[in-house]
Amino acid sequence: MLTLAARLKALGVLGINARNADYTLAHNQRRLYPLVDDKFQTKMLAQKAGIPVPELYGVVEREVQVRELRQTLKQYGDFAVKPAHGSGGNGILVISSQRRGHYRTITGNFFTQPEIDHHIYNILSGLYSLAGQPDQALIEYRVQFDPVFEDVSYKGVPDIRVVVFLGVPAMAMVRLPTRRSEGKANLHLGGLGAGVDLVTGTTLTAVCLNERVEEHPDTGAGISGLQIPHWETILRMAADCSELSGLGYLGVDIVLDKYKGPLLLELNARPGLGIQIANGRGLLPRLHLVEKHRPALATQEERIAFARENFGAARAI
Amino acid sequence: MNNRHLYILAATLAVLGTAVFLYKVRVLDLPLTMGQEREVWTVEARITFEGKNDPVRLTLLLPRSTFRYSIINDAFISQGYGLSTSENEGNREAVWTIRTARGPQTIYYRAEVRQAERRQPPAKEKPPPPKSRLEGPELAAAQALLQEAQWKSADTESLVLALLKYLHQPQPDDNLKFLLNTRPAETDRIELAVQILALVGVSARSVHGLRLQESGERPRLLHWLEVFDRGRWRPFDFAAAKAGIADDYLAWWRGPSSLAQVRGGEGLQIGFSVSLDQEASIRLAGKGRAFKPALLKFSLFSLPLHTQQVYRVLLMVPVGAFLLVILRNVIGLSTFGTFMPVLIALAFRETRLLHGLALFSLLVGLGLLVRFYLDRLKLLLVPRLAAILIIVVLLMVAVSLAAHRLGIPQGLNIALFPMVIITMTIERMTIVWEERGPGEALKQGLGSLLAAAITYTVIHNRQVQHLIFVFPELLLLVLAATLLLGRYTGYRLVELHRFRAMLKERP
Repeated sequence: MLTLAARLKALGVLGINARNADYTLAHNQRRLYPLVDDKFQTKMLAQKAGIPVPELYGVVEREVQVRELRQTLKQYGDFAVKPAHGSGGNGILVISSQRRGHYRTITGNFFTQPEIDHHIYNILSGLYSLAGQPDQALIEYRVQFDPVFEDVSYKGVPDIRVVVFLGVPAMAMVRLPTRRSEGKANLHLGGLGAGVDLVTGTTLTAVCLNERVEEHPDTGAGISGLQIPHWETILRMAADCSELSGLGYLGVDIVLDKYKGPLLLELNARPGLGIQIANGRGLLPRLHLVEKHRPALATQEERIAFARENFGAARAI
Repeated sequence: MNNRHLYILAATLAVLGTAVFLYKVRVLDLPLTMGQEREVWTVEARITFEGKNDPVRLTLLLPRSTFRYSIINDAFISQGYGLSTSENEGNREAVWTIRTARGPQTIYYRAEVRQAERRQPPAKEKPPPPKSRLEGPELAAAQALLQEAQWKSADTESLVLALLKYLHQPQPDDNLKFLLNTRPAETDRIELAVQILALVGVSARSVHGLRLQESGERPRLLHWLEVFDRGRWRPFDFAAAKAGIADDYLAWWRGPSSLAQVRGGEGLQIGFSVSLDQEASIRLAGKGRAFKPALLKFSLFSLPLHTQQVYRVLLMVPVGAFLLVILRNVIGLSTFGTFMPVLIALAFRETRLLHGLALFSLLVGLGLLVRFYLDRLKLLLVPRLAAILIIVVLLMVAVSLAAHRLGIPQGLNIALFPMVIITMTIERMTIVWEERGPGEALKQGLGSLLAAAITYTVIHNRQVQHLIFVFPELLLLVLAATLLLGRYTGYRLVELHRFRAMLKERP
């Protein structure tokens, strides 16, 4: 057991205790958490800073607004419902089409209007929020995902996660939904994570439920070697978000829309550790390197250049 | 954040705790392990009543030394009452008096009782022949009853046993029905036996007392019978209708009089507590040391007994919390709610582990079924939680009733389960079930149960309880260790499994 721990340590794997004690607690000020925990605030902040986000159709804050919402929903054929304070992909409902009062989710289930209402009531009463406090429901544009991931996604929306440390992108992965994860891209739900080369933006190895995989379990398509479009923009957006939120250790979730390009989905002050398995690399050596050189990296250009120089797949760390 | 500050703080706490601990062990000779001698008990009677702004006179019968137990110390605790003790019909009696008493009054009597060496009742002179109070038709009925018992017996002992069996028969005949009122208390039956035995010149008396054992339950008064036979007063277990009683029966008083009487007050209630008195055992065993150091005066032993018993439990909560830190942050077990397993483990105190686990699983399982049904009604969160809480309470009642019917006494203790915790567990489990699948829900549920079971075995370990109760300063060490674990940045045990894919050869 101790040798196992020593080998993980040699690989520079960041554990959950170390992440909490040395990174989130040390570099993320508590007062900044509301900015990222509340998707509504994040969206407003990002829009102000000129970072593209999925368009907001409406916000439901009180139970009485649910009735008015029906009118709003009729205008749009498809949309996504999210709790503003949700975590881990919980409480997100993505509707791909509606017909005669029935809503079809991307996974193929049908929801009636009362069921949609109940879902929103649940969101409002805080069922999905972090501490169970009353919440808001956001209705927003459903992302039409870029065909680049078409072969390696089972329904749902794949997204790109970049871990940014002190303004320097440190590691990235693509999260691909599977049948098991029911259209959600979260790794703990059974989503598939593929590491991404920070230099080129191409996919590397992949992991599903903590096991390394070569092919998508549902579609059978090979995962590595896909080129993610707009990679340069994605890195820049991730670095921007770091400045925007003021958080030192941050997970940035970005989706690729067919028409609108990369859109900021959400920020995460406690990004998960599965990204390390997806990349087959530990985070610690990269984080240490960033800590060491950060004072010399004054501009965003320099920070991104530093990341591309040091964190490529061909490099040792 | 500098870790040095933390290390200094933790070291200070640890040194302080260890110093007090060592002083108590080395200088005061407090025992590290539970004593084998188990001989000194503290018995406490707590008398409460409501004062009516009148003069109050409270009498309480007191235990006296017998061949089994000697009373080595009495303590009378009251506020502003005058006290006198006297002898009355072979019983010791204490009388508290006060000019006026108003509102709730509480009086304590505490005795230190030591087990005596002798096992046989001492030989006594024959008491004067008893006189029966039975007259007229009652006498006739009693004689008819006696005749039957005499018919089946050879000597005094078998006569008594035959009589006891007769008095306990499930369908009493007309004679017995006549002699006893409709719902006879056990003391009524015993007094009847005393009167009937007097008819044939056998001296007998009722005895009332407690069992000296640490059961965790509130001790109840027990009643038995003593019969003078072959030169000694010999005890009979009345309820079981057999000769002899267990060694741990402490006789409190004899005869038909009631234990306490109050004049000028109402709502008289008496509660007992019994505990193995470690302090007294320590004092007596402690190498003949006679002085009582100041440190011991401020120990938990100076508190009233029932408060001590509360602290015996409360002091284990920090230990449970520390265990949870290890289970969650070092091992990485996932549980529902941070401290839920500690509270569940505390609730298992009465039910014991296996019954506790079974009852808890049953309750949560039934709750889950109801919760899945409620899900179809699409209720809002707070009303839904309230509905589950109500259903949990109803289920607890139902389980208690069913267990009582089936004769499983442990089932009754389900009432002590923390119902709010159970409600939240059911709700959280349903959410996890729906969001992350039944596998994850069961995993976390089993994790919680495992954590509760581990916590239970540690915090209900008598040796651990003894150490923490006698040496509460050890909690400073627990605090120091908890603070240090607060900066533990190593891997969790489950992470070694989680990251195993990274240890494999790269393709």
